[in-house]
Amino acid sequence: MSAADILSQDFELGFTYTRSTGPIVGRFLTGLRDRQIFGIRASDGRVIVPPMEYDPDTAEALSEFVQVAEQGAIVSWCWVAQPRAAHPLDEPFAWAMIRLDGADVPMIHCVAAPAEASLATGARVQAVWAPETRGFISDISHFELAGGGN
Amino acid sequence: MQQIAIVAFSQSDCLARAGAANEVELIMPQLQAVYAQVGIDNAQDVDFVCSGSCDYLQGAAFAFVAGVDALGAVPPIKESHVEMDAAWALYEAVLKIRMGHADSALLYGFAKSSSGELPIVLSQQLDPYYLAPLWVDTVSLAALQARLLLESGLASERDMAEVVARSRRNALDNPHARLSGSVSVDELLAEDLFVSPLRRADCAPVADGAAAMIICTVEKAREWGVPYALLSGIDHRIETHNLGMRDLTDSVSTRLAARAAGVEDGPVEVAELYAPFSHQEIILSRALELGDDTRVNPSGGVFAGNLMMASGLSRVGEVFRRIAAGEIRRGVAHATSGPCLQHNLVAVLESAS
Amino acid sequence: MADTADTITGIECPVYLQYHFTAGRAPARFLTRIKEGVLSGQRCPRCSNVYIPPRGSCPACGVPTEEEVELPDKGTVQSFTVVAIPIPNNPIKPPFVVANLVLDGANISFIHLLSECENSEVRIGQRVQAVWKPREEWGYAMDNIRYFRPIDEPDVPVAQIGKLPVTGREG
Repeated sequence: MSAADILSQDFELGFTYTRSTGPIVGRFLTGLRDRQIFGIRASDGRVIVPPMEYDPDTAEALSEFVQVAEQGAIVSWCWVAQPRAAHPLDEPFAWAMIRLDGADVPMIHCVAAPAEASLATGARVQAVWAPETRGFISDISHFELAGGGN
Repeated sequence: MQQIAIVAFSQSDCLARAGAANEVELIMPQLQAVYAQVGIDNAQDVDFVCSGSCDYLQGAAFAFVAGVDALGAVPPIKESHVEMDAAWALYEAVLKIRMGHADSALLYGFAKSSSGELPIVLSQQLDPYYLAPLWVDTVSLAALQARLLLESGLASERDMAEVVARSRRNALDNPHARLSGSVSVDELLAEDLFVSPLRRADCAPVADGAAAMIICTVEKAREWGVPYALLSGIDHRIETHNLGMRDLTDSVSTRLAARAAGVEDGPVEVAELYAPFSHQEIILSRALELGDDTRVNPSGGVFAGNLMMASGLSRVGEVFRRIAAGEIRRGVAHATSGPCLQHNLVAVLESAS
Repeated sequence: MADTADTITGIECPVYLQYHFTAGRAPARFLTRIKEGVLSGQRCPRCSNVYIPPRGSCPACGVPTEEEVELPDKGTVQSFTVVAIPIPNNPIKPPFVVANLVLDGANISFIHLLSECENSEVRIGQRVQAVWKPREEWGYAMDNIRYFRPIDEPDVPVAQIGKLPVTGREG
């Protein structure tokens, strides 16, 4: 038998999922819609943002919501010089672990910054809200360096 | 408890793109190779079959079922599948044999991840409410981990480059390597940053391909009359999915799995570690408490080529190969899954004699 | 904080992923031949079963298949169903017949449409033949065959379905 041609084709696979949030995630997302950020208090007193339903250490159901600040400090970060098509920002940006003021556990989100050199671990950042919020993680459009940050 | 013998292993070349081959065509040569090593005919000649793959990687629904076409499943066979690296298929098969439900098992893992944009595809395995919708890719998550390690002072960029240089040099002896060669640490450090603080060289080159293994009871290994290695311990542990709650500079799950598998019960001559990023080999070596007398990744590890869904099984296979050849007497193999070394499996292999 | 009445309880999370699919060597060969109007299967070197469309292996024996076998466009109904709901994005109007068909000389069935028939008269063992699209519309696709239609040949006994030679009913 003769060798086959390589037959190939681009295609898009779509999963049009809807997800039930449950009461904990739902309340966090409701907060985002209202431009507020809520964490939840873990068994040992730490505030986890975004909130988890159960304590990762003790498996205890968590319920005490705590509002945290829109500002925080970068715990770790990386610089994406060439954003991928799926990424939320088109210009070079950073992913960062951000510990919001009032929280103990950092959250992961993107940070818009003019250049890699303008970022550092410990830098203060501020949430930037999407023009319209709907109750979704991207209601925080991104973070940016807080004015007068150190 | 039933002792487990590893009797056969084969892996494909690490291909940047498998081109025309479909999953059956990727798997079949490896199956034929392990059948030949023990002198059997097809999957009918083992008691149990388990595979590891992830349909999302190639975007083909039920590709793992199509893979069964490579086995010879008439009459029906006992078969199972994990949506994970085939190292976890090995774990399932070990349990099956230890419970006395099987005397022998065939394992294989395969992927053709070149069909999609792997770091983005893998972003969809993250928390579906908080992370997946942001499309945080796996390279970026590894970069966050690398910076934590660097800024903690536990490793330097030079240490990371040394991992890469040693791995590529070792890969010169690996006939299946996608990437190998002599490169100096200074040359690596002179390269541009990719997703800082990672350079492209810090990211193991992803590859299409497959690997297969046969394990059995010691009695069955003697019946087949083939050289074997004993799998004296195996364990796996997973950490929380919340990256913010983990100590990303350590691998607590690897430490626990290593203790349970009995790593410290003897010398570790060789350790084959599944570290998809250079800094992760440093984290793993510390978690496993490896000393200077352990050769880490003599095959080049996954820096020779990262066969998605098969690299973990291949780490076990590499240690088996060295024991079966009489080159070493005891070694450790490690497999990982999930972002930033979330889930880790540790196996201890020993010479039977 | 909003009260429970407008608390978020569900979210839309569409995921779209881009891939570049490759058919595989055996399916690519099949599709290349069907573009030429030829139905081409593969024979197992061990059990001699002929598979179409081929996947490059014999799923019964677990061995690679390489020998190519050209098959006629005549076959037999192995099973069928009358579908009463429309296929999304397909112009075919219900009720229509979807059948498992075995080509003469092949040993396993594939699924295709059956038309130009009374749905109530379709039956297992019925002889059928392909109705091809015009040659200029042929591509790398099974739908070069628009559908199969019944032909005037005696039914195949159930025990013989999937066991006919390439020469068909008369062979």
